[in-house]
Amino acid sequence: MSNLVAQHPVLVVAVIKIAVLMFLLLTALAYLTWFERKVVAHIQSRWGPYRAGPHGLLQPLADGLKFLFKEDVTPSGADRFVYYLAPFLTLSLSLTAIALIPFGPGEFKLFGQRTSLGIANLNIGLLFLFAITSLGVYGVALAGWSSNSKYPLLGGLRSSAQMVSYELALTMSVVGVLLLAGSFNLREIIAAQQGFLWGWLPRWNIFASPMPQVIGFSCFFTAAIAETNRLPFDLPEAEGELVAGFHTEYASFKFAMFFMGEYASMITVSCLATILFFGGWLSPFPQIGALAWMRYLPTALLAAGSAWLVWDGIRYETLLGKIVLPVLGVVLAGLAVLIALPGANDFIQGPFWFLAKVFIFLFIYVWVRGTLPRFRYDQLMAVGWKLLLPASLANIVLTSFAIVVGKR
Amino acid sequence: MSGDYLQNYAPLLIHLLVAMGLAGIILLLSTIVGYHRPTRAKLQPYECGVRPTGDAREPFSVKFYLVAMVFILFDVEAIFLYPWAYIYRDLHWFGFVEMLLYILILLAGYIYLWKKGALDWNR
Repeated sequence: MSNLVAQHPVLVVAVIKIAVLMFLLLTALAYLTWFERKVVAHIQSRWGPYRAGPHGLLQPLADGLKFLFKEDVTPSGADRFVYYLAPFLTLSLSLTAIALIPFGPGEFKLFGQRTSLGIANLNIGLLFLFAITSLGVYGVALAGWSSNSKYPLLGGLRSSAQMVSYELALTMSVVGVLLLAGSFNLREIIAAQQGFLWGWLPRWNIFASPMPQVIGFSCFFTAAIAETNRLPFDLPEAEGELVAGFHTEYASFKFAMFFMGEYASMITVSCLATILFFGGWLSPFPQIGALAWMRYLPTALLAAGSAWLVWDGIRYETLLGKIVLPVLGVVLAGLAVLIALPGANDFIQGPFWFLAKVFIFLFIYVWVRGTLPRFRYDQLMAVGWKLLLPASLANIVLTSFAIVVGKR
Repeated sequence: MSGDYLQNYAPLLIHLLVAMGLAGIILLLSTIVGYHRPTRAKLQPYECGVRPTGDAREPFSVKFYLVAMVFILFDVEAIFLYPWAYIYRDLHWFGFVEMLLYILILLAGYIYLWKKGALDWNR
């Protein structure tokens, strides 16, 4: 084993990168729940979490502890092995999918090894990603079946049928992107989107020259929301009719694992939408002298955030807030200065634009949840089979035609 | 080539193991730390407080099987589109016409399904 490590320092670097990514991902998951509750609350003219820590910032931690110490109930008729397998599968698979996402173009040195942002860079990246995410249906179906209760069974069945239907539209809708990029490698798909039309419009696949992938993106994002079982497609857990759907019989952290899996999938899907249709880490602004100051946009945003935190922290009601928020603000200010330094500034551009776009998609997820009512089940199936499938097929034909004609 | 494989797939395998380990630890922790005070009523399947009637493992609507079957058909066809898209730029008009024929055949099956009502949930 030690021989293996000595011969392949690549593996050591990989382990460190995986540890850092996992830590960041889990933190992001936790704060995504906080973010969602805050945004939905403000959409509904409420304040959202406010008690646990300043602005409810400790809410994810409180939730986690609560889940951990809740009574762990396993219903009497449950098939124990499958009952435990379901949340395990859901969480581990959705945490694995993130390994394929490239976060930036830059390379950095770690123990003398040049390495890039992202765990694995596969030739068949997109295919592999779909393979992992489509296994997610097992978690839901097994959870519904193994509980030996009627509501979970109905929820699990509905969910399997739904995920299976929308997966079709999902796989078909990205064929347009594959036609334009001619590669399954996620880095190459991003690289193929470089450049600008007429000097100002980014050549991202959503605006690409022979055939803009507007239909493709609409199908992709709709199907992706359905795949992750989010509103308005959250039929598997429709509270009004199915109590909580497939995870009705789950308690304590097993229940939370389904949620963590759902939020991890949301992040993966947002990353994928960014990579496939919105140019990944590419900046939306052309590299011209008049826009050279754009490279300090991350710094400016962080500085603004830090100023707001300090200003808000001073006026905060509780003593904890008066201390924590300004300290957080100072940390952000330090970070802002750090990423303005020449070396760091170049490196940060790619990840900044990538994460900014991912954040916008996550916001849209929450926004949609706060705005739209739930579909009826027959409507849901009709949208998947009668609208998205033919639309994505039409997109394939149109895109391939546009490419052949454009070649002349 | 083998070095390339190691560089790309080994980290993925490690990542998968880490993710599974993490999920396993969480699962184990919640069974150890969470308290257990089972009663007969608590362990019953949840049915909104009413005493549960019958078994949940009963035959369910055949429509779900239909959806699964149609999915298999179309998904296999969708997978054929992937390698085609990969080499499309080398195929030009030949590739376009061939795929158009393929999609037309697929479309014929799709229209047949629609007319038969396999896509209508309420039938």
